[in-house]
Parts: sequence; structure tokens; C-alpha cells
Amino acid sequence: MINTPHDSVIVQSSGRFLIPLIQLFGLYVLFFGQYGPGGGFVGGVLLGASLIAGLLIFGPDGTSSETARRVLKIDGFGLIIFAGIGGLCLIGGGEFLNYSSFSIPGIDDSTRRHVGIIVAQIGVALDIAVAAVSIVYSLSDQGEDGSDA
Amino acid sequence: MSYSFELPLLILLILTAGGAIVVKDLISSVLILGSYSFFLALVWAWLGAVDVAFVEAVVGAGLATVFFLLTLFRMAPEHILIQRSPPPISAVIALPLLGLLLLYAASDLPAFGDPQSPASSHISPYYLENSLRETQTPNVVTAVLMDYRALDTMLETGVIFTSGMACWLLLGRKHS
Repeated sequence: MINTPHDSVIVQSSGRFLIPLIQLFGLYVLFFGQYGPGGGFVGGVLLGASLIAGLLIFGPDGTSSETARRVLKIDGFGLIIFAGIGGLCLIGGGEFLNYSSFSIPGIDDSTRRHVGIIVAQIGVALDIAVAAVSIVYSLSDQGEDGSDA
Repeated sequence: MSYSFELPLLILLILTAGGAIVVKDLISSVLILGSYSFFLALVWAWLGAVDVAFVEAVVGAGLATVFFLLTLFRMAPEHILIQRSPPPISAVIALPLLGLLLLYAASDLPAFGDPQSPASSHISPYYLENSLRETQTPNVVTAVLMDYRALDTMLETGVIFTSGMACWLLLGRKHS
């Protein structure tokens, strides 16, 4: 599985073509969730799925596996972004997660909420992508000793 | 409403659901479950719940299938085949009765899209009327999830984080 690259040329070359496409689509879904279907959850799953596909196709030495391993280090960061954007709203006596009490000068309430939704969606997407990759890492036998349960 | 497209869809849904239960080995079961999720996504899209359909297609048909398969690949081959004992006679009698009871209760549900139903007369009109003006977000679902009900979504994100952590703590090995 993820200890060795996939040995089929078809899978390898279609993966090389598809993985950037999935990532692009994930970003599109993430940032256009306010205008169409989708949003942070689906975008995060798609970004995570592209990393998982890279792990399964190119094995542990591929570049996407390196990205996946680096991504694991920010586990929980997405949740911090989401909760932090809620906490920022508290400054100046606002309510938790009520984006209209952001203390950004010069823009009106609805624009603040618009910006707040975008940042919160980025948080959700990060959290879910990292969680998906970490579950795949846990489920696959990645132990150096090679012993299996 | 015409049913020329929807009826085969629902039949396929029932067939795949039954097939996932009946087949003899778990890998086929998982793959059939993936196609079940895909048909379910089409049903959601038919009902107009595009966001739900999207999540069902991506998570149910994609991610969950990958997780199940990764789990199955680690299992011993003899555990992948299912030996089923015949169901107890009480279950054979009680479960169809329960299904009939639920069908009977379902006749009391409001009609699909009924504007007088409690679900669409309580707070939904407020969201539909004001979300574009208040949040500059044309997609009402996103506005409700990420703004009006942001606390729920944040705790859901926490649940996903916790599940990732729990898998890591239970199954993860020394990776450093």
C-alpha cells in the first residue's frame, strides 16, 4: 500500500495528471462555497483526498507524500483558525463568532461577515484535510519495524 | 413531478443497500456501499440539496471507501469473508413490523416543500430573506453553516479533529 509506489504505469501517469486537478478543484470549491455548492468541508476533503491519492500512488518517497507528512505537523491548526477568528470577534466587546464585531475599520458589517466566513472556511478545510491524511497514516502500516498487528 | 428518472434511482438505491448486506466478502460490500453513496448523492441532488449531495459524493463515496479499504487491507484474509448465521426469528418478525410502523408514521410528515411546515415557517424565512444582505453570501447554506450557526460548525470541526487524533493515538505507530 503506501509503503511502496503503485507499479502500474497507467495509475502513475493518470495520478500525475489528476492530483493537481483535484487540488485545483478543491481550492475552487473552498473559495466559491459562498456562491455555489460546496464550502470548507468539501474543499478540505478534496484537498485531503488529493494528498491521500498521492500517498497511495507514489508511495512514501513521492513529493506529495512529503507534503502529506509536512501537513501532519499542523494538525489542529484549522480548528485554531476557526476558534481564533471567533476569539478575535470578542475584542472590543463583540460576541464569540459574530463576525460583524470584527474590529477592522473601514468596511461595513456585511463585508466583515463575508471575510469572517472565508477565514472560517479555510480553517474548516485545513482541519479536515489534515484529519483525513492523519487517519490514512494511522490506518496504513507505516511502522519502520515493518511488524504488523 | 415526473418519476421517469427518479424511480430507477430509488430502485438502484435499495438494490445497492441490500447488496451491501447480502454479499459474502467485505471488500465487495465496501465497494457496493460506495456506489450506494453515489446513488444517494444523486437523490440529494434531485431533492435540491446540492451541498449535501456534494458532501455525500465526496465523503461517502470517496473518503469513507478509502478508509474502509485501507482497514480491510490490514486484516487477515479469513476475516474478510463473512460467515452469517441466520437471523433470529424474533428479528424476522419485529423488523418488518417496525418498518410498517415507520411508514405509517411517515404519512404524518408534512409534504415535501410544504411552505406551511414547521421546518420552513420557523426561522428559515429569516435566513432566506436576510442572509444575502447581512453576510453578502449568495449561498444560504454556507451563510447558515458558517455564520448564523458557526458555533455548531466549529464544534463539528472539533469532532473531526478529535476523530483524527483518536485514530492516531489508537493505531498510529512511531513515525518520527
